[in-house]
Amino acid sequence: MVADLIESIAKIVFVFSMNVGFFAPVLGWVERKQSALMQDRIGANRADILGFTAIGLFHSLADALKVLAKEDFIPAGANKFFHTVAPFICLVPAISTFAVVPFGGRYELFGHQVNLVIADLDVGILFVFALASLATYGVVLAGWSSRSNWSLLGGLRASAQMLSYEVAMGLTIIGVIMVFGSLRLTEIGALQENFFHWGIFLQPLGFVLFFTCAIAENKRVPFDIPEAESELVAGYFTEYSGLKFVMFWMAEFLEIVTISGIVTTLFFGAWHLPFVTDQMLLSWLQFAGANGAAFLAMLVNVATFFAKVIFFIWLQMSIRWTLPRFRYDQIMRLCWKMLLPLALVNILITGLVVLVL
Amino acid sequence: MNEYISVLIMLFLAAATAAGMIVATSLIGPKIEFADKMEPFECGESQIVSSKRRFSVKFYLVALFFVIFDIEAVFVYPWAVLFKDLGWFGFVEMMIFIAILTIGLIYVWRRGALEWE
Repeated sequence: MVADLIESIAKIVFVFSMNVGFFAPVLGWVERKQSALMQDRIGANRADILGFTAIGLFHSLADALKVLAKEDFIPAGANKFFHTVAPFICLVPAISTFAVVPFGGRYELFGHQVNLVIADLDVGILFVFALASLATYGVVLAGWSSRSNWSLLGGLRASAQMLSYEVAMGLTIIGVIMVFGSLRLTEIGALQENFFHWGIFLQPLGFVLFFTCAIAENKRVPFDIPEAESELVAGYFTEYSGLKFVMFWMAEFLEIVTISGIVTTLFFGAWHLPFVTDQMLLSWLQFAGANGAAFLAMLVNVATFFAKVIFFIWLQMSIRWTLPRFRYDQIMRLCWKMLLPLALVNILITGLVVLVL
Repeated sequence: MNEYISVLIMLFLAAATAAGMIVATSLIGPKIEFADKMEPFECGESQIVSSKRRFSVKFYLVALFFVIFDIEAVFVYPWAVLFKDLGWFGFVEMMIFIAILTIGLIYVWRRGALEWE
């Protein structure tokens, strides 16, 4: 019982500090630095502590301090309550969705079963969708409560876009569930021990559709029409300043991390190294003793998982700075006339292939 | 330990972080109010049109489609989990269901409800 408690607390502290303490601030820096790299600029490099610039990493710290000293602005006509609650609704699901994403397998440490996921829910994927849809409320409320034309337009566009892509995303994932026969993310991860059973080989179309929908759901370029800065100033968060602005920004980055984690879990073998089964890994590490081997295997798997996550973060950032923004009619056409029918076709093909083979 | 307790702890932590940020930003920082500043942002101009106006019915339509198609998607989830146990019978049944869904989609499409001009 005490061991369980310690395990749970350790996992929660790890995930929370990894996401809020590491990924959120560092991704702010990565986005600036990568865009600079891709556009042949230098990027953030001025903030320094005693002459050390750490290739611009201190900019995240400097920005945090600066933004803390900013005024919390609420326009006169705004609905004060909803204006304040909107960033809250955006950020809470973004932080807590990662609770069901497994970042490692099961290990036997000192006679205690360690399962590297905060909450091993039997409805894992549904939990992710449930929380991800809550973010829509935050965005729509932010746009509506500001009483600004830019915000209202941004909120409207966001509501229609996020609802549409949620339908397509819900249907694309069904192929994966059919193949693995489970909604539990740890089980889906464990079934991908064999390299050729990775989701990407079983569901190639599903991966492309899901990744597209996920980027659109997160309102990133090329689907960033709700916050299109060249036409809507900043879209639904035009009237936000200070830490409330940062909360939308953090929610976006944490959703990038969560999307990468889910793509890794569903399609890219979760915590498994390619061509290495759990047994092989344990036998290679036997020199450290039974507990030591389990511990080292755990470290290797967690590192593998986060390496894959970082790859997909990089991929999303590259897409962000490569593609131009789609028009609104193009976005809606892509969703309803291409992704949705393709998702249905994917279910049909998956069903036929699984049953015939 | 019940898995949902961990979820609750995570939700509580997230809520505490978010609430802490809101409280911090409303306590720290200057508070200067005057009429011109409190207007909604309109690129430096006074607001010309109120934002309390009507908007295109298209957005409502999308919300309606969402309810219809998402509920149908929810029906497919339990089937997908049990798909291998149900075999051909379940597959054919679900394909009939999805065919009906597709007819709905084709109808919506043909009526031009998915066009944005």
